[in-house]
Amino acid sequence: MQSFLEIFDIYLLEAMVNGILLGGLLALLALGLNLIFGVIDVTWICYAELVMIGMYGMYFLVQYYGLSYYVAAPLAIVLVAILGALLHYLVIAPLLSAAPINQLLATGGVLFVLQSFATVAFGVDFRNLGIRLPVLAFADMHFSYSRLLAFGAALIGMVVVYFFMTRTYTGTAIRAISQDRQIMALMGVDTKKIYLITSALGGALAGLAACLLVLQYDVHPFVGLSFGPITFLICVLGGLGNFVGGFVAAFVFAEIISLGGLFSDLEWGYVLAFGFFIVMMFVRPNGLLAKRS
Amino acid sequence: MNARLAWPVGVVALIALPFVYRDPYHLHILILILIWSFAYTSWSMMGRFGLVSLGHGGFMGVGAYVTALLWNHLGVSPWIGIPIALVCAGTLALVVAYPCFRFRITGHYFALVTLALSGIVLQVITATRDWTGGSLGYTPERTKGNNIVALQFDDKTVWYLIALAVWLCGLLIWHWVDRSMSRYAMEAISEDEDAAAAAGVNVTFEKLRITVISALMTALAGALYCQYQMFISPDTVSGIAVSLQMVFAVVVGGIYVALGPTVGAIITLLLAEFLRIFFGTKAVGWDNLVYGVLLVLFIIFLPKGILGSLLERVRRRPPPAAMPQSQAAPLGRAP
Repeated sequence: MQSFLEIFDIYLLEAMVNGILLGGLLALLALGLNLIFGVIDVTWICYAELVMIGMYGMYFLVQYYGLSYYVAAPLAIVLVAILGALLHYLVIAPLLSAAPINQLLATGGVLFVLQSFATVAFGVDFRNLGIRLPVLAFADMHFSYSRLLAFGAALIGMVVVYFFMTRTYTGTAIRAISQDRQIMALMGVDTKKIYLITSALGGALAGLAACLLVLQYDVHPFVGLSFGPITFLICVLGGLGNFVGGFVAAFVFAEIISLGGLFSDLEWGYVLAFGFFIVMMFVRPNGLLAKRS
Repeated sequence: MNARLAWPVGVVALIALPFVYRDPYHLHILILILIWSFAYTSWSMMGRFGLVSLGHGGFMGVGAYVTALLWNHLGVSPWIGIPIALVCAGTLALVVAYPCFRFRITGHYFALVTLALSGIVLQVITATRDWTGGSLGYTPERTKGNNIVALQFDDKTVWYLIALAVWLCGLLIWHWVDRSMSRYAMEAISEDEDAAAAAGVNVTFEKLRITVISALMTALAGALYCQYQMFISPDTVSGIAVSLQMVFAVVVGGIYVALGPTVGAIITLLLAEFLRIFFGTKAVGWDNLVYGVLLVLFIIFLPKGILGSLLERVRRRPPPAAMPQSQAAPLGRAP
């Protein structure tokens, strides 16, 4: 009995640490979505599909063109950033004055396009990068380097975005626009340009997430569905457009998924997270960090 | 007078059709169109009031899977299983929608929460693969020949008539809502919730009622689809793709007119069939690719849908000055 408890605790600890590592990645995803929502007031339903395209980009750059991972990653990030800017230019910009729900549905159409494009172009096979990173053993616990790397890179990415938003003129303009859309145009800020930059930045974050996810998961056209819904839940739980709330919510969710997955299948972790989400909606409907009115 | 005659004549013609024309393939397409039209109509009941739900794939999945699971594991006839499935879907709708409406989760938030709902139903079906067969799909056990208790029929004519009856019921419910006070309440809510509440509308109750009606209809569509096709998989009856497919068909057909979803179903299913025949086995993905591009184009250029825009044009022509200034805002209200 004693030994059983010891083993159990080690597993529990391992699951908790893995939850934190997963949380970093989810926080990165939530940050990109929150950025787009906070600044442009649009929700990209197809955000996870941009990540999926980025993962395919990584796969082809590494497997077909034989680039090393660290050369391919910036290329993939740039590719998804361009995709994000294109998405804004072609789909969102014509709909900026339309009802918000129309914008949401239009990005839903883009989700269809990206998913089926991947199906048509790459087939439905599962593909992986073929990079095997070693496993770090520490005090009887096992952590894969890919998760540690993903966690570190996600944190660095978020810090870079933070400094960009607070220390540069463009970043300040982006934050100002998210506070007041109408006035900033009168203050001489080119809203169109800022929107385009923000979309590219959101795309770049999706690209970074893609580079990190591709280390841990196989790529297939519907891979976006496995982390897309959870990202939306995190953003709503944290309060759409609230960066800090999204960050906290990501770790809360990741712990629930990881610990839920410890006791049963990983899918049940997701179901548990959704149940938690519903309960939280009763308790804190405006997001985790919102003040109760 | 013409319009008044057109309905009964049309219905009689539709009922008579399978007795005159018996090509099984065309009947099959017609049945699918009717079942999906019913599902799309149920989505548009909410969608027309700006309640954009992306969770209807979830309700449909509940309807289909609960019915099939009860039949296979407990031997419960679909005649009892379908009501149970409807109760499950209705409860799910209440549990998710009540906090949303009570705490004013609208617009983006509502769409995202319901989107997550359909994702989660998909996850549950996949997670319980020991019972549901997971992503490989699920087949209700066959009985031999026509069996009323099992709600299984070899004869396509029977299915055609069932689907037709259900589709007509859907249109009747649509009309019933359209002519009720509920419609005015919902329109007031979609314009301004605070103002509607101040005018004495019970906002939460009205929204819940329309959501539950819509969820029940969607679940029934799922159960019918399961009984007709005798095969369901998470991809065809649940998940985000199905939810978006509903939105797409309704937007294409026309969200504000009774027959809009039906026109949408006809267009989307014929398009899918055409692509399937045209591209053969390579068609995997192509239909959704075309859907997606069309959905984006429609929302940008023709937000009232094909039938909606046509009807508007027809109506506008005879009295040129009759059209009032205020046109319905496409899909809810611009901020």
